[in-house]
Amino acid sequence: MQLFRSSAPCARINLVSGLIRAQGVLLSVLLATFLVFAGVAHAQAIEPMPFANHAQELRFQHLTQQLRCPMCQNETLADSNAPIARDLRNQIFQMMQQGKNDDEIKQYLVARYSDFVLYDPPLTTGTWLLWFGPLLILLGGAGAVLVAIRKRSRSGTVTTEASTDNAPTDNGDDW
Amino acid sequence: MNRLLPFFGFMLLVVLFGFGIWWNTQHDQNAIPSPLLDKPAPAFSLPKLYEPTQTVSKADLLGKPYLLNVFASWCVECGVEHPVLEAEGPSLGVQLVGYNYKDAPADAKRWLAEHGNPYNLLIADEPGHTAIDFGVYGAPESFLIDAKGVIRYKHIGPLTPDVMVKELKPAIAALQKDAP
Repeated sequence: MQLFRSSAPCARINLVSGLIRAQGVLLSVLLATFLVFAGVAHAQAIEPMPFANHAQELRFQHLTQQLRCPMCQNETLADSNAPIARDLRNQIFQMMQQGKNDDEIKQYLVARYSDFVLYDPPLTTGTWLLWFGPLLILLGGAGAVLVAIRKRSRSGTVTTEASTDNAPTDNGDDW
Repeated sequence: MNRLLPFFGFMLLVVLFGFGIWWNTQHDQNAIPSPLLDKPAPAFSLPKLYEPTQTVSKADLLGKPYLLNVFASWCVECGVEHPVLEAEGPSLGVQLVGYNYKDAPADAKRWLAEHGNPYNLLIADEPGHTAIDFGVYGAPESFLIDAKGVIRYKHIGPLTPDVMVKELKPAIAALQKDAP
């Protein structure tokens, strides 16, 4: 009993420090697993390819990140695990080995899968609304604001004196 | 008038929203318009599924229109499409060419034995390289190719009875009108 009581705080300290230590170990184990799986997930999408050099590998990664997978349309060719994405990655790799430049590779894909594969849509008659739509909306909004301001300032100059009389009629009903 | 303005604004949003829903029921979001439409089909040379030593090229198929149907045993939606092809294939008035896509020949043959074979001719593209030239990115996909080797119509996804009536048959009828 005596022994137990005296050792109790000690045990608690040991337990706490042990817990902290265990937590630390657990955390590092968890972290390690996450890192391992992150690596696996990444490796699944991009299988190792025999690049000629590191610059070519970077170029490949940069290019495939600019291209959309036709199958999983929210994914880039770099990220997608769809069979067609894998085939297209291989095709791009082969074309790079043949010395094709990025534009030629993009042209090759666009000719088969349309502009859809480009994340950056080119300016054509079909896409001008996409490019200039926001500007049109902005101009429209600016026009509306301008008209509203003019109307208000005009009615303001006419009814400077009557404004106090007008106030009660505006009972806030007008939302 | 001013008091109705928010209501009109709301109605405008409702109309836009309704249009969006309508548009999405009419159009398949996953279908990419093919840039190959009304252009010559890419040249190809692929082995026959049942006689792998013999190859079929684009030139071999010129002269008669045909429906190139991309399918695979691993493709779930092909199972949906297959009964439609079985039922309507013979009465389409064009040759039915089966394009076995990224499939082990043994699997393809087993699948055809199980589901039936509506095709007049079967070619196999196991590596899937030629399919890239056709802009294929999945299965099923179907290409209607005319006697001169020009792609006249493409359908992405299964050929349903609805698609048959509304799209494929009119496209075939247009072919026959062009070249009697």
